[in-house]
Amino acid sequence: MLTKRIIPCLDVNAGRVVKGTKFLNLRDAGDPVECAVVYNDQGADELVFLDITASSDERKTMVDVVARTAERCFMPLTVGGGIRTVADMREMLLAGADKVGINTAAVKTPEVIDEAAAAFGCQALVVAIDAKRNERGSWTVYTHGGRNATELDAIEWAQEVCRRGAGEILLTSMDADGTKAGYDIALNRAVSEAVTIPVIASGGAGNLDHMVHVLNEGKADAVLAASIFHFGDYKVRDVKEYLAKHGLPVRL
Amino acid sequence: MFLGVLDYGAGNLRSVLNALSTAGYPATLITKPQDFDELDVLVFPGQGAFGDSVRQLKEAALWEPLKAWLAAKRPYLGICLGYQLLFENSEENPGVEGLSVFRGKVGRFQSQPGLKIPHMGWNTARFTDAGHPAWAGLGEEAVFYFVHSYFPQPEDDQLVACRTEYAEDFASGITSENLIAVQFHPEKSQTVGLNLLRNALAYLAPKS
Repeated sequence: MLTKRIIPCLDVNAGRVVKGTKFLNLRDAGDPVECAVVYNDQGADELVFLDITASSDERKTMVDVVARTAERCFMPLTVGGGIRTVADMREMLLAGADKVGINTAAVKTPEVIDEAAAAFGCQALVVAIDAKRNERGSWTVYTHGGRNATELDAIEWAQEVCRRGAGEILLTSMDADGTKAGYDIALNRAVSEAVTIPVIASGGAGNLDHMVHVLNEGKADAVLAASIFHFGDYKVRDVKEYLAKHGLPVRL
Repeated sequence: MFLGVLDYGAGNLRSVLNALSTAGYPATLITKPQDFDELDVLVFPGQGAFGDSVRQLKEAALWEPLKAWLAAKRPYLGICLGYQLLFENSEENPGVEGLSVFRGKVGRFQSQPGLKIPHMGWNTARFTDAGHPAWAGLGEEAVFYFVHSYFPQPEDDQLVACRTEYAEDFASGITSENLIAVQFHPEKSQTVGLNLLRNALAYLAPKS
């Protein structure tokens, strides 16, 4: 049976992990490669690097981080943040990433989804959608790390990216993100039921029941989490054992 | 032993090279027909679409040496598309002939409500013969990383080495005397994957 994926996410700025992790026994807890190895050893199902580097010069360091990670971690690796063109994607994939994530670029130029799917296959392309509840009872798509509202409805946009060839959707609820009060179940469910590709739920994880809920009622295929892992609250294995105890298929 | 990874320019092979090297089998890229001369074991981790791969292999003049390699029953490890191409044709690109080493076609998962395609993530491969050297130390079944929308349907059941359930029960790997081919990605399947690579290469390597 296909298992639900548990995906830690590391925010990286100019080649260094931001917000820090609290891993013990790490020579350099700010090194994304060292952190990736810890998650690999804990049995994470995949890993995401989110590059939040502002300057494009420093973004080159991400290519090196990806290459060094691919030498030591044998699990799928996704890189997102600042990727705009098919050439940017190619650079990351050649460095050793298995998938690239795009967000703002896809909204600005949706054709880039078609181009990327044709060039690398849909499995290599994750479209990230940042969604926020609106007064009409639906969700609006935001770009630029959540700063800019668009005209797009999140469900319709999810269907469009699926049609254009995205391999999966990384769905972040901006209302829930950072609250530790749980995922937006209704959003995840609505998107997951509207598309035929996998949906990764992100934003709001505060405890393990939140993950159970979004995988069950929210119909998500995977969960992404950052702080819940970084600060040592839970190891990946703890999460999986808890999910298994609640009847969810996981890889132990 | 000279281990080669077939490279027809379609994508990144670094993770396969990294995994093979970590498993104790450093490999070289095979990019032109002459590279087959010294070769002992061929690894083919295909990626992309069925039809594109056939076209690109032909353009790189690698199609005929690859066919000859398989016809001579030389050692071969196929991964993902390197498994699918062993069959006659694929629903992905009807009309394009595969390597046709084995009879059968490559089909697509049938769409149905709630079924996500591609089949992406970690799933169980149940070994039809757990005593086969490929699966040594892995037990009766193991969980590997999959990402695909199409899968081979071998006509000869004897070939099937493992099966996986995703909406339907499909043949997720085959073995023969000189060959191991799997739909999943051992190079992305952490320790279990590295163990499979070690087993497979120990099985396929020429005995001295």
